[in-house]
Amino acid sequence: MTAAVAPHGVLSGAWIVASREIRDQLRDWRILTPIALLTLFFPLLMNFTAQTAVDFVAQYGAPIIAERLIPFLLMVVGFFPISISLVIALETFAGERERLSLEPLLATPLSNGELYLGKMLAALVAPLGAAYLGIGVYLAGLVFRIGWTSSPVLLVQVFLLTTVQAVVMVSGAVVISSLTTSVRAANLLASFIIIPVAQLIIGESLIMFWGRYNVLWWIILGQALVAILLVRSGLYLFDREELLGREIDALDLRWAWRTFRLAFLDGAPSLAGWYGGVFRRSLPRLRTCALLLAVALVGGYLVGVRFAALWPVPAAVFDLEGGRASLGANLDALGFISGGGWWWVFFHNARALLLASLLGGFTFGVLAVVVLMTPVGIIGYFAGTLAMAGEPVVRYLAALVLPHALFEIPAAVIAGAAILRLGLVAVSPAGGRTLGSAWLTALAEWSRVMLGVVFPLLAAAAAVEVFVTPRLALLLLAGG
Amino acid sequence: MIEAEGLGKSFDGFQAVEDVSFQVRAGEVVALLGPNGAGKTTTVRMLASLLRPSRGRAAIAGFDVTASPRQVRQSIGLLTEHHGLYTRMRAAEYLSFFGRAYGLAPAVIRRRSDAWLETFGLADAGARRLGEYSKGMRQKLALVRALLHEPPVLLLDEPTSAMDPASAHQVRQSIQALRTDRRALIICTHNLMEAEALADRIAIIRAGRLVAVGGADDLKRTFLGDPVMELRLAQAVDGAAGLLPPEATATASGPDWLRYRTRDPQRVNPQVLTAMARAGRQVVTLAPVERTLEEVYLRAVGTPAESLL
Repeated sequence: MTAAVAPHGVLSGAWIVASREIRDQLRDWRILTPIALLTLFFPLLMNFTAQTAVDFVAQYGAPIIAERLIPFLLMVVGFFPISISLVIALETFAGERERLSLEPLLATPLSNGELYLGKMLAALVAPLGAAYLGIGVYLAGLVFRIGWTSSPVLLVQVFLLTTVQAVVMVSGAVVISSLTTSVRAANLLASFIIIPVAQLIIGESLIMFWGRYNVLWWIILGQALVAILLVRSGLYLFDREELLGREIDALDLRWAWRTFRLAFLDGAPSLAGWYGGVFRRSLPRLRTCALLLAVALVGGYLVGVRFAALWPVPAAVFDLEGGRASLGANLDALGFISGGGWWWVFFHNARALLLASLLGGFTFGVLAVVVLMTPVGIIGYFAGTLAMAGEPVVRYLAALVLPHALFEIPAAVIAGAAILRLGLVAVSPAGGRTLGSAWLTALAEWSRVMLGVVFPLLAAAAAVEVFVTPRLALLLLAGG
Repeated sequence: MIEAEGLGKSFDGFQAVEDVSFQVRAGEVVALLGPNGAGKTTTVRMLASLLRPSRGRAAIAGFDVTASPRQVRQSIGLLTEHHGLYTRMRAAEYLSFFGRAYGLAPAVIRRRSDAWLETFGLADAGARRLGEYSKGMRQKLALVRALLHEPPVLLLDEPTSAMDPASAHQVRQSIQALRTDRRALIICTHNLMEAEALADRIAIIRAGRLVAVGGADDLKRTFLGDPVMELRLAQAVDGAAGLLPPEATATASGPDWLRYRTRDPQRVNPQVLTAMARAGRQVVTLAPVERTLEEVYLRAVGTPAESLL
């Protein structure tokens, strides 16, 4: 049997949703007034600011300040109108829920993707249009007032920056809106968007005042990737049942503990059974993430080697002979070859992995990978520097790194894989479960491998690093 | 047209609907009755592919609600419990939006919208924003929304709630007119009179379970027993109970009336009249005692009628 399902593609279906919302927005004075002010009045105010600044600094022979201020204001003029998109986006699903108009919309044959993208487009079009218009007004004002014209590259950068920032904020806000039951709750959660974006704007401002406009390309690229991840996450998390079924945003600790405990114990009848489960089920599940992480670590090492060539250590401070002579004393000073040293090394490594987990938890695992790549990058830099100095790299690595790395690197790869999995929960299918349930299960998996494998490996690595590596280092490098 | 088989839904351990099975054929109207929170809306949402069944299966116009949700939604006209209109829009814009969402051509949307708005007396309100509509007008417009794509299945949750009697009558007539041999309807309602008037069969749901399904007369027989007849005499009823045939059991009596229960009134009533005539008793009236769906409902959902008095 066939049913004539609405014959529209994803984009035209999304446009059906978006066009209705945009029409609705254009009838709401609470949205129109700030957009009009930010599009027309604010750019003119910025023109005035720019002209005043130019005139002022010219008196003191510091035109560079004006040169940096004008592009910065260009970015600001674009950013202010798009901040409204956040408000619109937060209201999309949560607002419809509150007005009880969501169910008829969800009952249409429009797909989840069409609904989600439609809401995103609806939140983007008017503020972005206003931002582009504002930039246009600002640029036109500058031409007439002080005869300043933007370079095409800067113009493209500001347009792209404005666009990706709006997409990042809106995609994040639509995710929040689809996961909350009220506009109030959505507004409260908006801090997770507002704070990082505010930090980003501060960073962009510093870069622009610093005059490193090339760095803006990386920021645009980074934000584009974040936007893709957020849209992917939003599409995955969008669920008609969740939108209709959830009545209150209550924190159910009992349920959370039950879900976590169930996944953590994994039905094991005894400690031995639990351990067997960690090796038979948990570790194989991390295979793909572990592979990705291993590749990232190799990449980190190679980046370190490359950096050694780009920024070599000055010969004056690169004293291998002296280092070898004082190796034993240095190891003693660090507390190596002692029980206290073992605890210090273990605690340091465990803390690094916990910090990576924390950072990875809300950055889709990305910052965790960066944190784990850093020490490997440093080793790469060290190896590269030795190689350039004509020293036997393999001997140094075998003496100073390899013994404990045999335990430490597998621990880092396994922990990193678990963190990556935890971070990717929001963007990868979890068999129809809710985000909360999937995240708690991934957290339980992380806890299983951390307790069962990673911490024991770190303990062994610390013991080797404190009691074995120094002796080997003394033997191989200091001749005794 | 609508099939549910062992349908169940649980939310975090709470069993909202359990083992619900029924069928609604094309051309049939079924009223779904039950107290608040009994699982009517959850059942309708599962049928509309808005909620995934935890157990069992359901199909709409041949499409499985889990496997083919888009086809199911295309085949359904859903009047939700809350009309949920976009209050800044006008009727034509509103219907145009939903028509496009259902893949209708603009000309078709215009033609059908005009016809339905005319039918429901909303044509003159076209220039007003929906926020200015009365509750009844909003409800009617929501009904037009559900009908616009001419779906083979209609799921109507409280179609006449918030309407004045005249509007409710108008909507009931329209629902009667919607009954065709190609369309199946489920109406969720608390209005038992409406259910009896519109539905071919009535399904009563209690605590997530279907406790009764059948025609109004069948349900009355099941829940209230055999029909009860009331015999009124011209004189005192003394001794009249003894004249009843064995198939009639006296249940109550007054100064000049007598009630009896019988499985087969068609056959027994003439016997009663004959017996009374032979004994010289003058019969004023013989009529069935009216039994309401409300009594059936209260029996089925387990609430004693007295508690409502």
